[in-house]
Amino acid sequence: MMNFARREPRWAVTFTLLLALIAQVVPLPDWMPDIRPSFIALVIIYWSIYAPHAGGIFAPWLAGLALDVFKGEVLAQNALAIALVAYIAMSLHQRLRNQTLVQQSLFVFAVLTLNEFVVWGIEGWSGHSMASSWRWLQPMIGAMLWPFIALLVGRTHTRS
Amino acid sequence: MAVFGTATNRSFGGRGPSFGFRFFCYALLSVVLMFYDQKGGWLDTARYGLQAAIYPLQLAVNSPSAAWRWLEESFTTRETLRAEVDRLRENLRNQQLITLRQAALEKENATLRNLDSMLPNVIEKRLVGEVINLEVSTLRQRLLVNRGGTHGVFKAQAVVTGDGVLGQVFRVGPFSSEIILITDAEHALPVQDVRSGVRTIALGTGRSTSLELPYVPQNYDVKVGDLLVTSGLGRVFPFGLPVARVTKVVRDPAQPLAQIHAVPLAGIENDREVLFIWERADHPAATASPEALAVEAPVPAVTR
Repeated sequence: MMNFARREPRWAVTFTLLLALIAQVVPLPDWMPDIRPSFIALVIIYWSIYAPHAGGIFAPWLAGLALDVFKGEVLAQNALAIALVAYIAMSLHQRLRNQTLVQQSLFVFAVLTLNEFVVWGIEGWSGHSMASSWRWLQPMIGAMLWPFIALLVGRTHTRS
Repeated sequence: MAVFGTATNRSFGGRGPSFGFRFFCYALLSVVLMFYDQKGGWLDTARYGLQAAIYPLQLAVNSPSAAWRWLEESFTTRETLRAEVDRLRENLRNQQLITLRQAALEKENATLRNLDSMLPNVIEKRLVGEVINLEVSTLRQRLLVNRGGTHGVFKAQAVVTGDGVLGQVFRVGPFSSEIILITDAEHALPVQDVRSGVRTIALGTGRSTSLELPYVPQNYDVKVGDLLVTSGLGRVFPFGLPVARVTKVVRDPAQPLAQIHAVPLAGIENDREVLFIWERADHPAATASPEALAVEAPVPAVTR
């Protein structure tokens, strides 16, 4: 099956996802958690574009599940949202690779908004309104951070 | 689907199922998990295990602030420590004065109630836990404490500090538990006014310095400065634990209910240590059984 022996950066994926998870949950003062972008989604977008087979859909799903358990939210709500983000990014990865980082941030903004929308919908369905309306600022901030995150994560592996 | 699907299938054909199919499987799994998580039941057991898996990460996230506290403590000066010892001594003296007559009062109370022997304390057992993580925002007021199922902590257990009621156990893991504070916007606590005996419900507001009592009719006797204690209803907290002090009462003639605000007594953001308590089930101050709840109804103390 594995007829081309390109090494997948699995350790880099694990390591960066762990860091992203920590960045996502580390306690911040007052209003800051409300506008903290989804670092996990950003890192997942990176790996989905540049190494779609390293983590597959499983790694994003597991990272989302860890976030759910960590934050005590409805199980699998972030898992579903982040798996969706990963799927879309993977499906378009060839087109996205040809874009500059700044061009990509438009795409990032769109999928982060989708991510937020899915989580918001599930929260509404389950009756736990967990976030303020500041949450709709998160995709914007995430998109602005995207070039930096992509450069940082890019240093953890050699691009094929 | 088709637009996304074709490109990936073409380029990576022969490496297992397509992304679309795999995503569909995970999405289905997510929906099933969400559904059963909402219903409760067997998934709680899975969650218990997951909590244990995530615990090292929670410790790691907290480690910078823990290290900072440790540094701060290591480098405190002699003067600061002396001042703290003095403060604690004074506290102890004050507490001793308060409890000096307690034994006599308890005996007297027992005689008045026609009880042969004195009752033991309603709190049978306690367990000290240390706060690992604190989440204080307008939407969630939660604590993570380093005591869990292996220490005997159970769901909906009362959690207090030396000053008053802090919250209750919301979710239990093997080594840690999540506590929902009484100030969380999703928390409601049955309370009683010590002075007038009025019973009502205190709701969290999402701010750590404020509770709301929205269900008190205008003519009920609640004043600024009243002490609120747990009423023993609600089946979580035993009767008589201090909760909050009333800070504001607004009676608007156009509204049927008074607007009452209170400030919780337990210092939530300062305390690093909390107490889990076990109550004595056969004690009169223990949480009321459902039969008792059916009979009792609050009586207006003052009629206009």
